[in-house]
Amino acid sequence: MTSRIDSMFQFHQTALNLRAARQELIASNIANADTPNYKAKDIDFASALQGAISGNGSKLQMAGTSNGHLNSASGDTVLGAPVQYRNVVQPSADGNTVDMDVERAQFADNALRYEASVKFVSEQAKDVLAALQG
Amino acid sequence: MSLFNIFNISGSAMTAQSQRLNVVASNLANAESTTGPDGKPYHAKQVVFSTASFAGQPGEGVRVAAVVEDSAPMKMVYDPKHPMADDKGYVTLPNVNPVDEMVNMISASRSYQNNVDVMNTSKALLLKTLTIGQ
Repeated sequence: MTSRIDSMFQFHQTALNLRAARQELIASNIANADTPNYKAKDIDFASALQGAISGNGSKLQMAGTSNGHLNSASGDTVLGAPVQYRNVVQPSADGNTVDMDVERAQFADNALRYEASVKFVSEQAKDVLAALQG
Repeated sequence: MSLFNIFNISGSAMTAQSQRLNVVASNLANAESTTGPDGKPYHAKQVVFSTASFAGQPGEGVRVAAVVEDSAPMKMVYDPKHPMADDKGYVTLPNVNPVDEMVNMISASRSYQNNVDVMNTSKALLLKTLTIGQ
C-alpha cells in the first residue's frame, strides 16, 4: 500500500525536482548576463521528465570523436537529462548568448509550473487523507 | 536542493555587479583627478566578469576575475595655468569616459535588480514547497 502511495506521488516529485534544477539553470543564465563568452543553457523539460519517469534516462548522445564535430550538449546532465545550449537569436560581440527577455520569460514560466506542481502534490495528499479518514 | 543553489548563484552575481558599480563610482569620482598617491593621473578601471562553478551543479555563478586599467588614451587638455601642466602647457586628465560610465552604471543596476528578482522568486517557491501537505 505504501508503495502505491509512493508511486502516486512519484510523478510530481520528479517533475518538481526537474523544475527546481531548470530554475537553477535559468538563474545561472540571468546571473551571467554580463559575463563574456557565457553560453545560455537549458534542458528540454518534456524529454527530461519522460526519461526520468520511464527510468531509462534520456536519449543517447552522439559521441564527439573529432574536434570538428559539433556538439549542442554542454556535457553536464541534470537528473540524467543533457544540459543543452540555447540557440542564439541575437548574438552579441562579447560571445555572450543570454537573451534577457527569453530568460526572464522562461524563469517566470518555470516558477509558475513549479507552483502548479506543488499544488497538485498538496491536493493529492489531501485526496489520500480523505480516503484514509473516510 | 537546486532552489537553494540559486541563492549562491544570484548572490555571486549581485556581489559582482555591486563591485562593477563600485568601480563606476570610483571612475566617475576621479574623472578629474590629475594626480594620485604616485603623482600620476588616475586611470579608469574596469571589471572583468567570469563564470564561477560550484561543485556538483550545472548552474554557474559570477565572479570578478580581475579589475583592469582601461587602455583608452589619457585626455590631454591645454591649460598652461594648471599646476599639473607639463612644459608644453598640457594637462593629462584621466581616461574616464562619463558616458561609458553612466551606461555601465545603468547596466549594473539593472542586472542587480534582475538577480534580486530571481532570488525573491526562488524564495517564494521554497516557501510554497514548505506548504506541501498542509
